[in-house]
Amino acid sequence: MMMQLFYILIFPGFLFLYLMSFILEYEDRIIYARLQNRKGPPLFQPLADFIKLLAKEDIVPECADKKIFKLMPMIALTAVVTSFFYIPIWGVNSLYPFKGDLIVVLYLLTIPTVTFFLAGWSSTSLYSTIGAVRTLTQLFSYEVLLFLSVLSPAMLADSWSLGDMASFYNERPAMMLFNIVAFGMSLVAMLGKLEKVPFDIAEAETEIVGGTFTEYSGRLFAFFRMAINMEMVVGASLIAAVFLPFGLTLDPVYGFMLYIVKVFFVIFFLSVGRTVFARLRIDQMVSVCWKYFAPIAFAQIVLILIVKGVVL
Amino acid sequence: MGTVKIPIGPQHPALKEPESFLISLDGERIKDVGMRLGYNHRGVEKAAEGRTYIQNIYLIERVCGICSHSHSTAFIQAVEEVAGVEIPKRAKYIRSIVGELERVHSHLLWLGVAGHEVGFDTLLMYSWRDREVVMELLAAIGGNRVNYAMNTFGGARRDLDKDMLERILKAVDVLEDRTKYYINIATKETTLIKRLSGVGYISKDDVIKLGTVGPTGRASGISRDARKDDPYAAYGEVDFNVITDTHCDVYGRAVVRLLELMETYKIIRQLIKNIPDGDIAVRFPRRVPAGEATSRYEAPRGEDVHYVKGNGTDKPERVKLRAPTLANLMSVAKMLEDDNLADVPIAIAAIDPCFSCTDRMIKLEHSSGNSEIVTWGDLRKRSIDFYRTQHGIDFSELNKKYRGNL
Repeated sequence: MMMQLFYILIFPGFLFLYLMSFILEYEDRIIYARLQNRKGPPLFQPLADFIKLLAKEDIVPECADKKIFKLMPMIALTAVVTSFFYIPIWGVNSLYPFKGDLIVVLYLLTIPTVTFFLAGWSSTSLYSTIGAVRTLTQLFSYEVLLFLSVLSPAMLADSWSLGDMASFYNERPAMMLFNIVAFGMSLVAMLGKLEKVPFDIAEAETEIVGGTFTEYSGRLFAFFRMAINMEMVVGASLIAAVFLPFGLTLDPVYGFMLYIVKVFFVIFFLSVGRTVFARLRIDQMVSVCWKYFAPIAFAQIVLILIVKGVVL
Repeated sequence: MGTVKIPIGPQHPALKEPESFLISLDGERIKDVGMRLGYNHRGVEKAAEGRTYIQNIYLIERVCGICSHSHSTAFIQAVEEVAGVEIPKRAKYIRSIVGELERVHSHLLWLGVAGHEVGFDTLLMYSWRDREVVMELLAAIGGNRVNYAMNTFGGARRDLDKDMLERILKAVDVLEDRTKYYINIATKETTLIKRLSGVGYISKDDVIKLGTVGPTGRASGISRDARKDDPYAAYGEVDFNVITDTHCDVYGRAVVRLLELMETYKIIRQLIKNIPDGDIAVRFPRRVPAGEATSRYEAPRGEDVHYVKGNGTDKPERVKLRAPTLANLMSVAKMLEDDNLADVPIAIAAIDPCFSCTDRMIKLEHSSGNSEIVTWGDLRKRSIDFYRTQHGIDFSELNKKYRGNL
């Protein structure tokens, strides 16, 4: 019982996720800054931002649906933390593995986006409402892409379980190379999911102020930010687990260090992505995702089917 | 969602100055744009009438934080015309050199702002870093980053010595190199082009009809540049092209500004090569005779027009200035027709607006026909009443106590 609590609350549960989210936010911000020729924030800046936000006043708009407005940050946070328990970190298996946990993780990762929509919609501000509608529109363009790109390695491994997939690729490391296209597509989808440039349309500052989060302040906003940062950790871990599943049979200490390296690697790509592109318009994003990226992901699945027929 | 009206401004992250755009949206598409000026009226024209000409140089230089040299030169040219004073040639060259350096810093600033408006912050960071080269140069020339105070009646206030001219040439080399890089980005980077092309379209006919000036007009194919059409300072003696473009959209405006930078470097090199020796200023009378003059100046944002009327005293009778943004603002509503909400910030930014320079007093009339004039005393009374009724704070005691001082 004590051990279970330790797993859930300390490591690799909530506390670890909490610290990791700050470290990854720092990494993202410093890479973004260095690529833009700036100095970037100090290491403790994300934590300082969080503490400062906690100390600020919570303002709930008068016309807002107060219950939903206050509840949404917590639901987003809970969904993200829960999904982390099903992702293998240093070994082949996650904390609570079962058949089909991949689907559960993808499902749990969709919940924050829905909460963003509800939060924006319930705060009734014009900017939030437009942001909320954009969040949903965006969801329909990257979510399919994410599912398709995660589907192809799962098809190759013939399993919906992250643990089974990991052990499959550990036995045949060369098989990983067939998934490179899907890896790229999943990074694109993750940029959309985390609402980063070029897909930060839902919170485009120069157009709709703060988008979904315009009316959020203080503690509630801090929790939303934390949920997004943790989503970044979970997303990066998921990509690392699905597309870079090597070295999982190592000693836990080395395995853990390897995991950190992998996550940093994924975040590096995301940071570069948001440095080199301009923000797309919502119609452009939908058309790009459906016209170019989705067919590429389909082509990847066809490739996997051929590989399955020929090699295995 | 039906039609919603969304306010962009007076306070909005996309706008650096207060200005109100009320946008009617059908989903993401713009149906109608309502514009309202007048949030930052400073009464510069009236203030100028109460000051002497010399004091007015400093006032007019502070009309705009970016084109400070443009406004002061336009004003001084008009006054010099009224007084009938011809300035030395070297002073004309110095004015032109500083004016062109100002154009470099304004256009690089615009490039960064445009990048920020389309969510491309990397471009903002890069172009503003490179802008520091010219900012430092201007600080070295005039001792200040934006108000260089290089102008005075009858010439220039400071000379540019040989070392300084050399330093300018070196900086121009660096800037030319960087500008080529930005031209490369603007014409090759896919997401940037996607966000710029086709946005804020305005045809050549509309540009002529609405009197659009500067790079905004030139991007729609009209070749209008005060430096070429009505040469002032030393522009009659240099060889340069007026850059035009036929895209008619934000992309065209970006290209025009970037290519214009290359012309600017060409102009600076010619000016420095041909700058004559001699005095930098002549004596200027304190009292300006009666008469009037209009002066045109091609500011980085477009044509700046100043009108000055003298009455024989040391104070002007009337000063009227028309900043380029006032000429361009009318075209914004046309540009935004049928665009997306996401295009609003960049379409507004593409005219390189400077609302504070533009703002004039406006009188609002109710649709019922009753207009209301609120005096200072009324406003005070209203605010005192507001605090007493809404917050229970009574200022009447304090009011009595300090009545003598107010």
